[in-house]
Amino acid sequence: MIELLQEYWKPFFYSDGYHITGLAMTMWLLSASICIGFLVSIPLAIARVSPHFYIRWPVQFYTYLFRGTPLYIQLLICYTGIYSLAAIRAQPVLDGFFRDAMNCTILAFALNTCAYTTEIFAGAIRSMNHGEVEAAKAYGLTGWKLYAYVIMPSALRRSLPYYSNEVILMLHSTTVAFTATIPDILKVARDANSATFLTFQSFGIAALIYLAVTFALVGLFRVAERRWLAFLGPAH
Amino acid sequence: MFEALLQTLGLSAFSLQGFGPLLLEGSWMTVKLSILSLLLSVLLGLLGASAKLSSLKLLRIPAQLYTTLIRGVPDLVLMLLIFYSLQTWLTSFTVAMEWEYIEINPFGAGVITLGFIYGAYFTETFRGAILAVPRGQMEAATAYGLSRAQRFRFVVFPQMMRFALPGIGNNWMVILKATALVSIIGLADLVKAAQDAGKSTYQLFFFLVLAALIYLLITSASNVVLRWLEQHYAAGSREAVR
Repeated sequence: MIELLQEYWKPFFYSDGYHITGLAMTMWLLSASICIGFLVSIPLAIARVSPHFYIRWPVQFYTYLFRGTPLYIQLLICYTGIYSLAAIRAQPVLDGFFRDAMNCTILAFALNTCAYTTEIFAGAIRSMNHGEVEAAKAYGLTGWKLYAYVIMPSALRRSLPYYSNEVILMLHSTTVAFTATIPDILKVARDANSATFLTFQSFGIAALIYLAVTFALVGLFRVAERRWLAFLGPAH
Repeated sequence: MFEALLQTLGLSAFSLQGFGPLLLEGSWMTVKLSILSLLLSVLLGLLGASAKLSSLKLLRIPAQLYTTLIRGVPDLVLMLLIFYSLQTWLTSFTVAMEWEYIEINPFGAGVITLGFIYGAYFTETFRGAILAVPRGQMEAATAYGLSRAQRFRFVVFPQMMRFALPGIGNNWMVILKATALVSIIGLADLVKAAQDAGKSTYQLFFFLVLAALIYLLITSASNVVLRWLEQHYAAGSREAVR
């Protein structure tokens, strides 16, 4: 295991000499998809709880589609499926976008995590305390102000435990990226495995890195919860 | 039948081109794999939960280690790790014992791998559910003179199921979606069938979307079953009126 690490620690952590690989690539995939997913899911979550059927329904359909199918299939559709369509290749812009494996992967991951995050935030908005909203309305807050100053801050805080779960699941899901030729941690482990035949050690190192990142994320979210969910704790 | 439907809809360009049976076989493989791994992981989960709630440290610590390690590592990494290592270990074992070379059946290895991984998730689900059953129930059962096995079978289990069902449903969906990954370790599941069909007909998009729709069909069907089960096990309990 030591020899394997001596030879492969660099690609496992940040670079194979030409490209970003390993841990750095995994973290980039994770942060890019989580950021896009987060930003898009907030308006979608508000639409998801809308009283109007025609606003609510398309969002519900989107989350149903993306939560009901495996991420691996979604990635395959984005990466190989869409590019196999002649109509896409005929358009220079779309052709350029879908030719790059990185774009396809982040698109698939962002769409997937956005669907789950939308449901989490929508659930938090739905379980909003009536009194809080009524008080805000009594103070004259309406429309986007009601959402920006009262509903969203409260809903985002209360969804933090579920959101941290989703981020960790997303970290675990980034492993399928290697099927789209993205050089993440697992791809390096597979390369190390096929070069040295040290199967257990190669995948073991990958597993340990993922474990460390998971624990770090759990720790970070615990700090965040202590900071932002303090009002839910027992009174001092 | 599907072909005729496509014809009447005027979508004959999207024909299955004789790949229907292959897709059907792949879907059956996916369902079979999910159900068998579900059974194995429920079994492991019940064992793990009782080990975690045991008063013996010797049982609690390995169970704690099992759930922490397995849930902290991505399922695909574990799948590759266990799947490839199983074969290596078995080969070195047979060589050491001077037996003949045994090749692991990929299907069996897939079930064992998935079952072992999701057993850790089920351990946590069942642990929470067992803790949610009021203590008095267990004490009353003991007072009535029920044996250990009877207490579990007739008192704890039926009540535990109500608390465990949402978790079980969640885990089932995750297992079902995780089986899409077994094509990476060489099993001929739905994803593999769709890829093969798509590559040989140059209609990869169509076949992949079809596979996604089949997954959607299975998840929607299981949602209906789960809702029914939840109603069944909710007998005798009332939800607060909302």
